[in-house]
Amino acid sequence: MQPRTSVAGLGPALLATLRRDLTVALRRRGDLVNPPAFFALVITLFPLGISPVPEQLAAIAPGLLWVAALLATQLSLDALFRSDHEDGSLEQLLLAPQPLAALVLAKVAVHWLLTGLPLALMAPLLGLLLSLPSGSYGVLAASLALGSATLGLIGAIGAALTVGLARGSVLLSLLVLPLTIPVLIFGSGAVQAAAMGGDVAPALAMLGAQLALALMLAPWAIAGALRISIHG
Amino acid sequence: MWDVVHRLGSPRTFYTIAGRWQPWLWALAALLLGTGSVWALLFAPADYQQGDSFRILYVHVPAAILAQSCFVLMAVAGAIFLVWRIKLADMVATVIAPFGAAMTGVALFSGSVWGVPTWGTWWVWDARLTSMLIQLFLYLGVIALRGAFASRDGGARAASLLTLVGVINIPIIKYSVDWWNTLHQPATFTLTQRPAMPAEMWLPLAVMVLGFYAYFVALTLTRTRSEILRREGRKRWVLELGS
Repeated sequence: MQPRTSVAGLGPALLATLRRDLTVALRRRGDLVNPPAFFALVITLFPLGISPVPEQLAAIAPGLLWVAALLATQLSLDALFRSDHEDGSLEQLLLAPQPLAALVLAKVAVHWLLTGLPLALMAPLLGLLLSLPSGSYGVLAASLALGSATLGLIGAIGAALTVGLARGSVLLSLLVLPLTIPVLIFGSGAVQAAAMGGDVAPALAMLGAQLALALMLAPWAIAGALRISIHG
Repeated sequence: MWDVVHRLGSPRTFYTIAGRWQPWLWALAALLLGTGSVWALLFAPADYQQGDSFRILYVHVPAAILAQSCFVLMAVAGAIFLVWRIKLADMVATVIAPFGAAMTGVALFSGSVWGVPTWGTWWVWDARLTSMLIQLFLYLGVIALRGAFASRDGGARAASLLTLVGVINIPIIKYSVDWWNTLHQPATFTLTQRPAMPAEMWLPLAVMVLGFYAYFVALTLTRTRSEILRREGRKRWVLELGS
């Protein structure tokens, strides 16, 4: 039997999801500024709270930058599926004939493009404020770019699990933060190694391995979590 | 085989069978824990370096082992519930979660108390302590997520999924915390490099570990039975029990 309506292939569906999410996000520019602004503000607080001495700041800069960036990515996670859930388009996504795991991957990719990547590009500037040793700026940006993609994938599982809950955002941090620890360890480890003139390849390779693993497994978990949240 | 699984999976059959085993398991747990405690506290020789404070080991190690195996068991129950929708599996997972969290707490607390005489401090950022602390947060997340859902089935499925995600992550977290620790500081304190224990020290430990497991099984059976009564309270067979 011939299907009555032709179903779009996976490629066009992915492109449509990417384009839609990018358009929606770019029309709410105010929200886009939040994570970078939070990142910059938190980094400004540390010299005030600890000490303005450059040597002291430089010693802890890799960890500070990574922790602040990690918290900044958490900030935008709650919104990942929430507005789609409120206007009903999330249910349409679940009903689509294409595999849900692929479609959510497109959503997470847009999220990374608009939060993870800006944070990674901004981090060297903030590193300058904390007098991070020269030579580690490239590694800082690269580790954040790699790591924030993994953070987005892990965080999306938590966001999908809590999307149907009224006060999900508080719970979200409790669920997601413990799972992000490996990313934090290897991310700040890479920057520390670079600051001390060591070999950065192992830590960056581990970040890449984590991203590969997350890319492979997380979409299924996100799709399963969305189904649980929507159908109860 | 499936027939057996289905019959055991029915809350009513489980309630009856568990009720029959329960007194024996409690007796076994009491016997093992009693023997183990007396043996460990009174008769086992004191450690030549740590003196009597090493006896905390007999509570600390069983609790830590149990805390870890509870999470794995919870994940197995969660997977069974997600795939086959056997409600009993979720009841077991519900019951295990607070117990596992409590055991993690006991392991952390007894470790801290032990740390004061041996290391001179309540807390060090040692790889094992750190991953235990993270595991406590994972337990709390699972419990909180289950409680946050209005519908019991939704909460059960969400908690099961989170447990599965957690159990995949635990080895990664453990590995990376080990890596982090070697990166930051050389191992100042290790528990592993002590000389091999003589038999009169580890035999009571084995009895204690078995005793903790027996206690865990007995408690899980008892609490699962009351969970069954709570959830199936409107079923006819439960009402007939009360009449």
